[in-house]
Amino acid sequence: MLDQLLSHWNYIIVVLLMMIGLFIVISSMNLVKKLIGLSLFQTSVFLFYISLGKIEGGTAPIIITSGHGDHGSYPSHDILYSNPLPHVLILTAIVVGVATTALGLSLVLRIKASFNSIEEDEILAEKRVMKSEGRSS
Amino acid sequence: MIDWIKHLPAIIVVLPLLVAVIAALLPARFGWVLALLATAGSSLASVVMMTDFMTRWAGFRMSYHLGGWAPPWGIEFSVDHATALVIMVISGLGFVATMSSKSLFANEISSDDLGRVYGAWLLTFGGLLGLVMTADAFNLFVFFEISSLASVTLVAMGGGYDKRALIAAFNYLIIGAIGATFYVIGVGFCYAMTGTLNMLDLAVRLPEVNDQIPVYIGLAFMVTGVMVKAAIFPMHFWLPPSYGHAPMAVTTLLAAVATKASLYILVRVLMTIFGGIDTLPQLILQWVLIPLSLMAILLGTILAIYERDAKLMLAQSSIAQIGYIVLGFGMGSLAGLQAGFIHIANHAMIKGGMFIGLGGLAMAVAGKTKLNDLAGVGRRMPFTATGFLICGLSLIGLPLTAGFISKLYLITAVIEAGYWQIVAIVLFSSALSVIYLWRLIEVMWFTPSNSGDGRLPEQVMIYAPLWILALANIWFGISASTITEMSYGAAQVLMGGMT
Repeated sequence: MLDQLLSHWNYIIVVLLMMIGLFIVISSMNLVKKLIGLSLFQTSVFLFYISLGKIEGGTAPIIITSGHGDHGSYPSHDILYSNPLPHVLILTAIVVGVATTALGLSLVLRIKASFNSIEEDEILAEKRVMKSEGRSS
Repeated sequence: MIDWIKHLPAIIVVLPLLVAVIAALLPARFGWVLALLATAGSSLASVVMMTDFMTRWAGFRMSYHLGGWAPPWGIEFSVDHATALVIMVISGLGFVATMSSKSLFANEISSDDLGRVYGAWLLTFGGLLGLVMTADAFNLFVFFEISSLASVTLVAMGGGYDKRALIAAFNYLIIGAIGATFYVIGVGFCYAMTGTLNMLDLAVRLPEVNDQIPVYIGLAFMVTGVMVKAAIFPMHFWLPPSYGHAPMAVTTLLAAVATKASLYILVRVLMTIFGGIDTLPQLILQWVLIPLSLMAILLGTILAIYERDAKLMLAQSSIAQIGYIVLGFGMGSLAGLQAGFIHIANHAMIKGGMFIGLGGLAMAVAGKTKLNDLAGVGRRMPFTATGFLICGLSLIGLPLTAGFISKLYLITAVIEAGYWQIVAIVLFSSALSVIYLWRLIEVMWFTPSNSGDGRLPEQVMIYAPLWILALANIWFGISASTITEMSYGAAQVLMGGMT
């Protein structure tokens, strides 16, 4: 059991990061910290995908020719390649993650300008005041 | 058929995405025209595609290989009867919402920003269309995020006059991102087990490994992620604030189309990707989605009754209406799926119309949507208010309106599945929904106005799109066969994935 866990240590780190990230998003009152938690959560998924693609002893997926026959060079079959697809997918997901963080941070800037705070409890308190005063859109 | 028809799937999605960039770069005054042209182009293309589809048998599928790479290696756009129906609903409603948006934006957003706003508007629209069209599980995530990041931006545009919109947008962003990430985790598990990302390929390969636990974990993550996006109870809490504080035009677009795409993805995931695994999708539908949909129906309706803001009231009622759609899907039968698809189409017309109407009415009272502020506007703006009322009557399911057809098919499907108690709940909640509609009618027509009794100016670009939807509600209530037949085709396609 322990052996199996240790040999999959990268997945354990993924799960730990995922839980830490999600916990920060839920528990933190500070909006910037929430975004940090979200990034952490997304990063754990990136690591998960990258771990999936790695094969022990595998190399980068560049075709290495082993010799020349009558019909030109042919690829060698003795070489183990890691799966390149997860890397491509995660490249896309990283871009999405950057966009999410950028949009989130720009929203935090606007919130700071409007509410003069980035602490959720203070913002909610002000929202309640707005509601009781009956100021509406 | 003619050759260019086979390029329609790509054109429908790429056109709005390309025009989005142009609209953001050109001066702001071109924004609306460009958005109108792009949405009109996509709707026209989708109508041509649907007409082509109606002449073919239900199993027919159109496959478009992006960049010429054949699936399962390349990304595939796949269109069958179900896809064609949802695409037509989204593009058609997107067009009508765009028509009304110029007048609705006029009071809420400074005209200098309109170019970029319409950029985000078209990204939302194109993202949703791509979401429905794609047959690649990972590509679906990308479209999820294109549409949700763009719609967060649109919601945040309400921050100019109502700073609570910023908080709503921030929460929408966080929850949306978590939902999408959950979906990606699920896709990762399925990819690890099968080595493929193409949905149809997954559908073939997943049953081969259905004794492995990761498949079930993948299913759980994917379904949870999509449920967040589709605002299914209990993951609906981001929806009312986002709809309530967003600019009126944005609420119209999101309420009419955004959750519809995610609901479609939900059945796609369950019925197509995991449809080959025996009894598993049925179990989830029966033991997870039906109970949650009933909670959504009751909770959404009751919260709508107690709401004092008309915009939030309609947003809460959307939760209940999403519940009806999910309940239809939850039956897991041909009739149930058909009912779900019928209500996807009808609810898009109903809520699109109601939000456009409310926007028009609210403009006359300085954009306020509190019930007290709307006193008497019904008598003072008869054109807009009557259109609003017709959509409202369709919402509660009055005979001769599209909403009645939805309820009729839904109840028939529930009876067919033998759940008599659920029929009672559906009828009870329909009766309750009369209460909140009546509160609106009472305020708009029978309460003395706060400021005089004269006629208020009505804008043609608001009541024209509103009346298009109101007449569509009546038309599809009387001659329902178009929508019911298309939905039947859609249901047949999805049942084909189940064994």
